[in-house]
Amino acid sequence: MSLLLVVFFPFFAAPFAAAISKLGRLHAAWLAGVTSVGALSLLFPEALAVFAGQSIFYQLEWIPMLGMNLSFRLDGLGLLFALLILGIGLLVVLYARYYLSAQDDMGRFYAYLLLFMGSMLGIVLSENVIQLLIFWESTSLSSFLLISYWQHRQESRSGARMALAITGAGGLALLGGFLLLGEIVGSYELTSILESGEIIRSHPLYFPMLILVLLGAFTKSAQFPFHFWLPNAMAAPTPVSAYLHSATMVKAGVFLLARLFPALSGTPEWFWLVSVAGLITLLSGAYIALWKHDLKGLLAYSTISHLGLITLLFGIGTPLAAVAGVFHIINHATFKASLFMAAGIIDHEAGTRDMRRLRGLWEFMPYTATLAMVAAAAMAGVPLLNGFLSKEMFFAETLHDIDLPWGWLLPTGATLAGIFAVAYSWRFIHNVFFNGPPTNLPKTPHEPPRWMKVPVEILVVLCLVVGIVPNLTVAPLLAVAASGVLQAPLPEYTLSIWHGLNTAFWMSVIALIGGVLVYHFFSFFFALRQSSGEWPAMKTLYNIVLNKLFNLTEGVTRFLHTDSLQRMVWVLVVFALMLGIGGLIGEPFAFTGERALLPVDGVSLLVAIVIVLAAVGTAVLHQQRLVALIMIGVVGLGVALIFAKFSAPDLALTQLSVEFVTIVLMLLALYFLPQFTPGESRNWLRARDGMLALGAGSGMALLTWAVLTRPYATIAEYFLAESVPGGGGHNVVNVILVDFRGYDTLGEITVMALAGLGIYAMLEGLKLKGSVADFKADQWDEDKHPVIMGSLTRLLLPLALLVSIFIFLRGHNLPGGGFIAGLITAVALIMQYLAQGTTWTQARIPFDMQTMIAAGLLIAASTGLASWLFAYPFLTSTFSHLHWPLVGEFELASAMAFDLGVFLVVVGVTVLIIVNLGLIHTDSHSSIPTRNKIR
Amino acid sequence: MEAIISLIIGVLTACGVYLSLRGRTFPVVLGLTLLSYAANLFLLAMGRLTIGAPPIITETADGYADPIPQALVLTAIVISFAMTAFVIVLALKTFKEMGNDHVDGIHKP
Repeated sequence: MSLLLVVFFPFFAAPFAAAISKLGRLHAAWLAGVTSVGALSLLFPEALAVFAGQSIFYQLEWIPMLGMNLSFRLDGLGLLFALLILGIGLLVVLYARYYLSAQDDMGRFYAYLLLFMGSMLGIVLSENVIQLLIFWESTSLSSFLLISYWQHRQESRSGARMALAITGAGGLALLGGFLLLGEIVGSYELTSILESGEIIRSHPLYFPMLILVLLGAFTKSAQFPFHFWLPNAMAAPTPVSAYLHSATMVKAGVFLLARLFPALSGTPEWFWLVSVAGLITLLSGAYIALWKHDLKGLLAYSTISHLGLITLLFGIGTPLAAVAGVFHIINHATFKASLFMAAGIIDHEAGTRDMRRLRGLWEFMPYTATLAMVAAAAMAGVPLLNGFLSKEMFFAETLHDIDLPWGWLLPTGATLAGIFAVAYSWRFIHNVFFNGPPTNLPKTPHEPPRWMKVPVEILVVLCLVVGIVPNLTVAPLLAVAASGVLQAPLPEYTLSIWHGLNTAFWMSVIALIGGVLVYHFFSFFFALRQSSGEWPAMKTLYNIVLNKLFNLTEGVTRFLHTDSLQRMVWVLVVFALMLGIGGLIGEPFAFTGERALLPVDGVSLLVAIVIVLAAVGTAVLHQQRLVALIMIGVVGLGVALIFAKFSAPDLALTQLSVEFVTIVLMLLALYFLPQFTPGESRNWLRARDGMLALGAGSGMALLTWAVLTRPYATIAEYFLAESVPGGGGHNVVNVILVDFRGYDTLGEITVMALAGLGIYAMLEGLKLKGSVADFKADQWDEDKHPVIMGSLTRLLLPLALLVSIFIFLRGHNLPGGGFIAGLITAVALIMQYLAQGTTWTQARIPFDMQTMIAAGLLIAASTGLASWLFAYPFLTSTFSHLHWPLVGEFELASAMAFDLGVFLVVVGVTVLIIVNLGLIHTDSHSSIPTRNKIR
Repeated sequence: MEAIISLIIGVLTACGVYLSLRGRTFPVVLGLTLLSYAANLFLLAMGRLTIGAPPIITETADGYADPIPQALVLTAIVISFAMTAFVIVLALKTFKEMGNDHVDGIHKP
């Protein structure tokens, strides 16, 4: 349980951090600090169990239908990383509080930081690899937010984008790798995966899976050739760099190597891929770091180089190398975090990070200088510091295969990288703190605030005590973490400063002396070298690929998306038609099935002829808009008749009332629009569209015919049988709507409500001039609200409402229900608006339609929720019989309350639309004086 | 009877498609309305045609029409009304913003 809390605690805290900073600048920092401490204290009891040799698992059902659980594990490796993430996280929280300036939004920073912290914890504590991948991707996303924190800077945005593109692409590859891994093992749980090393390594899919997993790990850990995002991510605020590039983000990749070490390592493929990538990264990173003038650039490349070292160690693949890898993870996290923080302090207090201007800072900030020098010495691998210990182990491990051909390459490369590491560390110390007085610094440097130094002090003290008394400090943690990696008994090793005059010792000596020498010939080398050594190739390649991709997508968009909606509709229809015709190609089949046909009667034939004529008339005469509108009204009424004929009385009633409202609506719209459509399509265009329409029409007709003449099976028997006993209603259509499929109906009325509100929003502030004359150019009648119509509709209103109540009440048993009753009520109200005018009617309706819609949705939803109170699923209905005097036996179902909600929404939306549409006219119709002048 | 219904659905679709391809908003709205009639009829037809057997449970009835397509169509009618209204208002808004009622917001020569 506490594992789940540890992971989700930062996620929960993040929005609060963003919100709380509104109240005070430092609140968010406090909250983030408390969160880290809280998560650490939650972890503490579990950590004791892990030190006692246990692994802790926790599972929570997530999507049981898919067999997916949230599953977490805490073993030595997970514990080490969780401690690094939370511990260094806490220090970064403290440091950032002093680093960020008054203009920076503290809340946003700490919210992102907490999101990132939670994602990292999710990676290292996940038991399920798919779940691990979800957290993996969320570190990519949250690190994007962190790197681009200074959004106004171009390099922040492009650096963040590059980091996201590279690590995101790696995440995609990793997903593929994990899916293959799951296929091979038959489980996505780490416990099974780690136990199935033999099966995995001998499986034919091992190699592709390995490539994909390594792509994920290498992109995240900035291994060659994906290293170039890391220096560009230095555009982030320094606390972010200190966090992401020491203990967390980039360590996720090596974490993955360590995590899957027992399952994947021990093959030649693993050895060659991992160790070659590691070696190239180690050497090139160290070499380039030397030439960087930017303090953070130097540290960035040094980070790449150290990550290469760790990768190389895991690539070597012996248990002892893995132990050394874990040890270097710890050491690198401590000294690199403190160095980044020191670089941030220098930047903060001196105003620049350019090492050509920074000199002699010892005079100004001796205390910070001492801290930075100890940390840099640890980075160089100077004895009595932690970096020395793991580096010695590394040197010793490179000597394993020295007898093989080319075996000398590894120790030589390692020593060379050691020389560069010493040289750039020594440059960091000598160049910044000594080497003469500073040259035109923007600010006069001084010591930072007291508490800004505390995180650096803590880390530097750790470097020292680990380096001097490793057995008393780091040994238990290293042992438990290394056994977490190996999932097997640990090999023999000793953590001591002095191992005698062995080869590894001499390699260290060569590195130290050689490094100092290289630095002192630095200016000589520098003169030889023209460009300040990036590998332009990779970054340029990235940009080329990116630009090509942009061009490609732009091309595709331009190809598919034209500016003309008219043409796009055409493309859509053509495509649909092609798909339809494509379905016919292949096996020949009979269009006509063997189902018996219904006889044709005269009335039906007549109605059909009227519908066809009216529809064709609408299309042919569409340029005369009013005529077309009348024609389409005929079609709508005809459709209602078809519904009535084919045993669908509910549909007929609905269609009839909808038809009325639709025609009124279109008439209203036509009042504002031009009365005629100009004939602007050329003849061939019309012919083309006609052919297309003919094709679509024939297709639909043939399809309908083919379906109608074939027998079919339906699931309707269930509804027909259950309607009365289960839903308490005889009208099966209504029972389906409000009971069996009530959830769908709830969705549908929500859509309707949204459409209504959308229309209301669109009409906000819209004013249109109505036409002054009808389509025959006659004036409108001056009598806007004829008395006869007014009196009649007023008389009709109570009757119409009565009918609607009747229709509503009987809806459960006979044709009717909320939809139809709602439409009838709406029609009755709209009649009032038409007859009496909007202002008059609105003044007499005591509530507005938005409230009505809201009430309807609320009633419908709470009817559903009410069944929860009785421990039934959402929208379970109940019913009982009631005897009304005069009316007789009568069923009262809870679904009726739901239907009431439907009713209210339908009334509300319909009236809202019509009334607001009526309100948009300026004053065309009422300005009789103006029109008198026209006359 | 099946042939008549197929024909009606075909004609409604054809007229609907033709009108939807026009350049002005009002015919397009008419076209969409015709298409929604066609779609509703088509949905109903998927339950096959039955005469005189509404799906209302009585003791004397010896068969019922399929209620499922009917339930589908009933909501479809109401929703398509809401959508037609939305499109109409969109057309009015475009007319106001663009000064003409072409679907692409431009006058073609």
